[in-house]
Amino acid sequence: MIALLKRIFRTGILTEPLPAPPEGAPTRELDLLQDEILRILGRALTIRQVDAGSCNGCELEIHALNNPYYNLEGRGIKFVASPRHADMLLVTGPVTRNMENALRIAYDCTPDPKLVVAVGDCGCGCGTVGQLFGPNYASCGAVDNVVGVDVRVPGCPPTPAALLHGILAAIKTR
Amino acid sequence: MTRFHAEPIDFALQPGCAAPVWIGRAVDGDDLQRFAISVHRHGGRLAALWGEDRRLSGEGFRLHCVFALEEGHQWLSLDLPAENPVYPDLAGIFPAANRMQRATRDMVGIAFDGGDQRPWLRHGAWPDDWFPLRHDAAELAARAEVFPNLPSDYEFVPVGGEGAHEIPVGPIHAGIIEPGHFRFSVVGEKVLRLEQRLGYQHRGIERRLAGAEFATGALLVGRVSGDATCAYAWAYAAAVEAACGVAPPPRALALRALMLERERVANHLGDLGALGNDAALAFGLTQFMRLKEDWLRLNGELFGHRFMMDRIVPGGTSINLAPSALSRIVEQCERYGREVKLLRDIYDNHAGLQDRFLTTGILDADLARELSLTGVAARASGLILDGRAYRQGYTPPPPYAMLGVRPISDERGDVAARVAVRFDEIFESLRLLREITIGMPSGATQEDVVPVPGASGLGVIEGWRGEVLVGLQLDAAGRLARVHPHDPSWQAWPALEHAVMNDIVPDFPLINKSFNLSYAGADL
Repeated sequence: MIALLKRIFRTGILTEPLPAPPEGAPTRELDLLQDEILRILGRALTIRQVDAGSCNGCELEIHALNNPYYNLEGRGIKFVASPRHADMLLVTGPVTRNMENALRIAYDCTPDPKLVVAVGDCGCGCGTVGQLFGPNYASCGAVDNVVGVDVRVPGCPPTPAALLHGILAAIKTR
Repeated sequence: MTRFHAEPIDFALQPGCAAPVWIGRAVDGDDLQRFAISVHRHGGRLAALWGEDRRLSGEGFRLHCVFALEEGHQWLSLDLPAENPVYPDLAGIFPAANRMQRATRDMVGIAFDGGDQRPWLRHGAWPDDWFPLRHDAAELAARAEVFPNLPSDYEFVPVGGEGAHEIPVGPIHAGIIEPGHFRFSVVGEKVLRLEQRLGYQHRGIERRLAGAEFATGALLVGRVSGDATCAYAWAYAAAVEAACGVAPPPRALALRALMLERERVANHLGDLGALGNDAALAFGLTQFMRLKEDWLRLNGELFGHRFMMDRIVPGGTSINLAPSALSRIVEQCERYGREVKLLRDIYDNHAGLQDRFLTTGILDADLARELSLTGVAARASGLILDGRAYRQGYTPPPPYAMLGVRPISDERGDVAARVAVRFDEIFESLRLLREITIGMPSGATQEDVVPVPGASGLGVIEGWRGEVLVGLQLDAAGRLARVHPHDPSWQAWPALEHAVMNDIVPDFPLINKSFNLSYAGADL
């Protein structure tokens, strides 16, 4: 127990100021992320993540959002287990036809007004990789071919910083 | 020509410097079945199984089976007629064949005579008399919404008895995780049986690979399972190189091993954190995710990508490292050795954690061998099985032949063993990373690859999760005619079904995480 406590003490607080956006957009806004969420929602933002057919690369970076550097929960954002508890769906793709129905059900279960963020080149249907994983017999391609999308976060996979910016951009659409 | 255990099939060694693969042909179904029985009797395993439509070149269909014995892999193919292609059911010999055979039937339309005939990858998105990997399906397969997406019923095996009931879970799970369906049959909290239904991640990746150039193939195969992208890229590159008779330069091989070991460490760090968290030690998650993030950031700096995607290409690597980059890797490995040791002591001495880990989700060595299991899970069940390490009659491919990898193993077969194997493998990989870095050869990192029309090749790589294989066949124009990427999860998912039996439902997330299998990798 002593070793554990010592480790916590030695590690200290690692949370970083929010990283600069990928393409040089204003950085100031992200520092206000928490205020923005509070102003609009009056509480934490809840996200239900749905993997609708990704290679699991996007999920690795979504996991990284929960590490102490990005400190997602500390900024008033948390992942929840049910779409019924969610304000936002964070969807990775390409949406497989075997997941098409499940994604529609999850979307319908999310209470209005809801936000949908499409994640990754496959989910957004952009870039070389998005093209390679376009619609075919097994896949519907981009997320917006199945449910309405508010914000797209491209990348293969998108970095945690890009994901944070995408989440903020989605909140600001309301 | 080589024969194995006096079986009358002549094998020829695949040329090149990669892992040893012997290539042979079975005359008929009986021949294949006899060889499979012989492999099984000698403690071998079934490594992969897939089908190919060769009717365009005036032939019929071809079934590919890859077996593995102590000395290496046996790639055995069997030609089947264009009309009514059927081969003998191998699932009675190797249970791992079950899902592979069903997937092969769904994709290519070649049948097996008996056993479990339920569909596997086909749910309701295309009809049962249409096969996406047949050459005459190419046009329809490339289009969306040709067939209606119908709801599909799946006949789960029912479990009877007083008080027995079912808990259906998924395809969407409660965490940030890939989709799949788990059907638990339980009495109270005790799991009597788990049956998985997968295929939800089926993106038609093999169809997308048909007719592709090498470069496009590398992008696609590198995304079969994102967490093992380096292993896939290397296995694919090795298959292309074997087919085209190319030997990558020594520096490229060392750089590939550097990336493969960094991928192994990154995933093990993440898993150890998640395992702590699943046993209610959030401290573990925070500490290991911190280490993983620093690790990925250095990847980003040195390799230009946090997961090193698309850095291993046929012929070599697309990146090179400066001497200053190499010294940063050495420095980081030394620091991580200390930090992970400290965390291991905390894990080992944490009573609450050990209480959850020990004797939970046991898989014994006999069962692991019977299920053709490889990788972390197999080694945690006492099998000494690592494609990077020397064993009787087997020389690992370069650069591992020079490194003397120590295969890790633990005989307990429970969650604690899978945790211990990950810790030990991190330390071993850190040592390997230092050795590779210090002994980094100089010279070129890329060799030209000229396609050889009609050639074929098989690449085998010991990825972080287990053995990754890529088998490929080139067409008359030198493009990819058929590529089959094979994930170790094909063999490991059924092992998970056995490991949870008689444990309690609340322990399932922990047991599942201790295997950490790929859905996308096996759904293709």
